[in-house]
Amino acid sequence: MTATGVQTRPVITGIGIVAPNGMSTDDYWSAVLRGDSGIRRITRFDPSSYPAAIAGEIPEYDPAGLLPNRLLPQTDRMTRLALIAAQEALRDADADPAEMPPFACGVVTSASAGGFEFGQKELQALWSQGGKFVSAYQSFAWFYPVNTGQISIRHGMRGPGSAIVAEGAGGLDAIAKARRHLRAGTSLMVTGGVDGSLSPWSWLCILRSGRISTSSDPHSAFVPFDRRARGAVVGEGGALFVMEDPDRAAERGAAHRYGEVLGYGTTFDPRPGTGRPPGLRRAVELALAEARTEPSDIDVVFADAAGSPELDLVEAETIASVFGPRGVPVTATKTLTGRLLAGGAPLDVATALLSMRDGVIPATVHVDSPAYEDLLDLVRDVPREQRVSTALVLARGEGGYNSALVVRKAT
Amino acid sequence: MPWAGETPAEGDKVEGTPEGRRVVITGIGVVAPGGIGRKQYWELLTAGRTATRTISLFDASPFRSRVAAECDFDPLAAGLSRRQIRQWDRTTQFAVVAGREALEDSGILGQTAPYRTGVMMGTACGSTMSLDSEYALVSDEGKSWQVDEFHGSPYLYDYFVPSSMAAELAWIVEAEGPVGVVSTGCTSGVDVLGHSADLIREGQADVILTGASDAAISPITVACFDAIKATTARNDAPETASRPFDRTRNGFVLGEGCAVFVLEELEHARLRDAHIYAEVSGHASRCNAYSMTGLNDQGLEMADAITAALDMARFDPAVIDYVNAHGSATKQNDRHETDALKRSLGSHAYDIPVSSIKSMIGHSLGAVGALETAACAMALEHAVVPPTANLTEPDPDCDLDYVPLTAREHKVDAILSVASGFGGFQSALVLNKPERRAV
Repeated sequence: MTATGVQTRPVITGIGIVAPNGMSTDDYWSAVLRGDSGIRRITRFDPSSYPAAIAGEIPEYDPAGLLPNRLLPQTDRMTRLALIAAQEALRDADADPAEMPPFACGVVTSASAGGFEFGQKELQALWSQGGKFVSAYQSFAWFYPVNTGQISIRHGMRGPGSAIVAEGAGGLDAIAKARRHLRAGTSLMVTGGVDGSLSPWSWLCILRSGRISTSSDPHSAFVPFDRRARGAVVGEGGALFVMEDPDRAAERGAAHRYGEVLGYGTTFDPRPGTGRPPGLRRAVELALAEARTEPSDIDVVFADAAGSPELDLVEAETIASVFGPRGVPVTATKTLTGRLLAGGAPLDVATALLSMRDGVIPATVHVDSPAYEDLLDLVRDVPREQRVSTALVLARGEGGYNSALVVRKAT
Repeated sequence: MPWAGETPAEGDKVEGTPEGRRVVITGIGVVAPGGIGRKQYWELLTAGRTATRTISLFDASPFRSRVAAECDFDPLAAGLSRRQIRQWDRTTQFAVVAGREALEDSGILGQTAPYRTGVMMGTACGSTMSLDSEYALVSDEGKSWQVDEFHGSPYLYDYFVPSSMAAELAWIVEAEGPVGVVSTGCTSGVDVLGHSADLIREGQADVILTGASDAAISPITVACFDAIKATTARNDAPETASRPFDRTRNGFVLGEGCAVFVLEELEHARLRDAHIYAEVSGHASRCNAYSMTGLNDQGLEMADAITAALDMARFDPAVIDYVNAHGSATKQNDRHETDALKRSLGSHAYDIPVSSIKSMIGHSLGAVGALETAACAMALEHAVVPPTANLTEPDPDCDLDYVPLTAREHKVDAILSVASGFGGFQSALVLNKPERRAV
């Protein structure tokens, strides 16, 4: 906060993306515009003995050149992906925290369940061989803030560090927390989330959520807002950002100014049976109020798109009630990646920023029988070219979490 | 002026301005080794008794370190139903029991609007205990990498995501405001309080049920600390095994437990005549950017976190009259922390009591920062500082006043509590009597 009490508006100056359909911002964005999906049959383990077998799995990649060898034995797949995204974001921003004042840069990431594949290997070692076979890295390699810690170490970031867990909504909460640190005086934050650690053990836990589509067809398994909606497909990846105090960014001549985080709201659903309304609408209203933005100023909504009929209906009704029936273009590019747990909402924020940069709303795919045509103007199958200045990103998490974020093209 | 989270809904009047909003603790609930409930907890601490024992929660005989501070916790006696006990991991059970005590203590139920109420919990290990035992079940004790989908608890997803713990508390307190989990390993309990206080100051909520819970005394946890020799192997003398700042200390004693607070905007608390334990006036965290498990020599990051937390509270170091130390009883920590206190507080560090209650309740990872905050709040209340138990042979490199062995009557108005943990996180929290701070 400045001396006058006016809230500064931190600006996003760098983007890093790892997604099932693209391992960099450019690759992801062109895949999204082409409509290339990353949803496929799982290859990291044999899924045939489980009721669901497809996911937005990130294909095998060569970590050489992307990560130092010494980090490989101590990192889960999720953390390696996070380190790749963080490096891309910092390069994109042309920022080197190690050259900035000692405590000027911090990290806040979102997490859902930690490095579960790593954790399974160590549980396997423990139970099959005994405690002496558990890795010296287990104590931190699986834990929820591991990405924050490893990013801070790799890039010499000694300011505030934290991780937020709110299932699928936590990515927006992390961005809001990073913004708070910038307003309190930190110059630069890396924030967002990269998630996904597919292994038989995490898969079993995810299946028990009861929200996973059991379809084996990658084109119809995850069809939010469709009459055939039958559950979600999960995936790996996410996005990390460099977000800066606007004055500091200007001083160092930041190359990009993708956008500003203008408003944020977070709510929790009431306990079922209370007769009280779900919290998503209020999260939207809080975000719009903080942004001092009218619904009519929003050019596109990136939907949470749960993919189950009840949750889709709540979201469709929420959007229609705030913006009017078919009052705003809505898209769900996560139909190309699956729901990336704590990484999904940050990836949607990244997609929104790229949408603003290029003046195009990317499309929702695979939705052939839209269920809420009277409520939603869903951008389907082909991107819609139009000017995008302000976007609303919605995210929900299992249990009742709702968050909403308004981003605006930087001026 | 409007601010983030302002909502005119439900006709709930928002007091103060974001600049002027202050945050206080009005309720405390505790599940700790040595006793359930804040009163038993305070008795243990002020008696200087230790709750460290040989591990009884599972057969720890194959492990290097076989000592822990376990909670003597009977979930049925603590008021949980059989269904809840079956469904919830021990971490969530602790959180619900401590949460209920805090709510009752504060008298807040029915006096806060759902939209203005939140829940923020800290944890380092989430449902590790359930995940560990469930893994043995679904993998046929590690024989099968392809875990069996026909076995295992129906609640596996709740164990998978620690956000399930905050969701359970949200239903109890009817919170429809900000809800979530803050996880920063062993600084979680301090960082979650800082985060919750920020949310209230900012105007996102007037009341937040907040704290931290960990219950990870299970084979995988013991094995992973064995692997790096972070825990003590003083198995023949479990009662005196946690020895912060003592020359003979050789690692921490794993603990478990939970503390939950009702955190409330000051005017909101005053309007309803609530009992106020303490103000939460400052918090900061730093990454050491050095190592996921190790500490660098000088304690620069912890010192900067302390200075930043004092700045936020607008306190001079000289205002602090007690330091609740991280004091984990690893040689590296105890020296690092002592250096950081001298660096940030200057010569004042020598003039005030500094104690580690981990000597009595062990190190409950993410939860311990909340348990320490509960101890600090009660130290303000009772003008008594809990001791560092087992400190009989001071480490010559640790030369502050660590309050050895016995509690001390000492008028306390402002407290610094510090935390340090894996990931490189270093955090500081400032608590004070509200009247101590003229704003």
